[in-house]
Amino acid sequence: MSTAFDKVFDARGMNCPMPLVNARKEIGKLDLGQVLKVMATDRGSVADFQGWVKVAKNVELVAQETETTDGRNVYVHYVKRTA
Amino acid sequence: MEVAIEAKPATESLTSELAARVAELEKRLAALEERTEDRVTIVVFSGDLDRVLAAFIIATGAVAMGQQASMFFTFWGLNVVKKETSFDGKTVFQKMMAMMSPRSSQALPVSKMNYFGVGAKMLRAMMKERNVTSLEDLIGLAREMGIRMIACEMSRDVMGIKESELMPGLECGGVATFLGDALTSRASLFI
Repeated sequence: MSTAFDKVFDARGMNCPMPLVNARKEIGKLDLGQVLKVMATDRGSVADFQGWVKVAKNVELVAQETETTDGRNVYVHYVKRTA
Repeated sequence: MEVAIEAKPATESLTSELAARVAELEKRLAALEERTEDRVTIVVFSGDLDRVLAAFIIATGAVAMGQQASMFFTFWGLNVVKKETSFDGKTVFQKMMAMMSPRSSQALPVSKMNYFGVGAKMLRAMMKERNVTSLEDLIGLAREMGIRMIACEMSRDVMGIKESELMPGLECGGVATFLGDALTSRASLFI
């Protein structure tokens, strides 16, 4: 599966609340309509990113997927800046 | 014919009545919206490392989600925002209190299994092992994010903690400072 994105943010190894805190910082650097790909190893980030887009008015979750590399799950979130 | 003549004024008055009611509702809706802010307000009463960590994670998480956050530090929570401890100009009781209180966030105990600070050291080591952000980093992050941090004036005065012992840039305030934010917030917590 391939989702288009404009920038990658590597949040692997980070724990709650850092993937979210840093992703929000990164999304602020994007232009409207651009998509940030966030890679995280924190399992909680899957539900966290869903919660984020539910509350925030400037982001949209385009897609979420799980990749497995070296037996380790990487949770990938595609977040679009909408405002 | 007669019916049509009668019906026209009736519709007109109904329309104008509806318009008036919609305008009234819009006004009330605007007033309600003005009264709520996208904000989370937290009272940090506890000075326990584990509880305080939860408070800072919620506050920084809220800001990350596009909300604003206020943290009101009172009683044992004041130890979290202390940068140092001094004994100058304190009463005997206040000196005793200062001696028995953690000197800064670095020295906070845990709420369970503290064992004279060994538990707190162990928790910090375990957090580091799992790459969880430390309390001090979270405090720094909170300040960087512009989280409103208020030190309770009354408990600060009772405990004899001087403003110079607290981190710079804290606001001071009382119950109305907290309620002013809490009553217009979407969520309020007491930790």
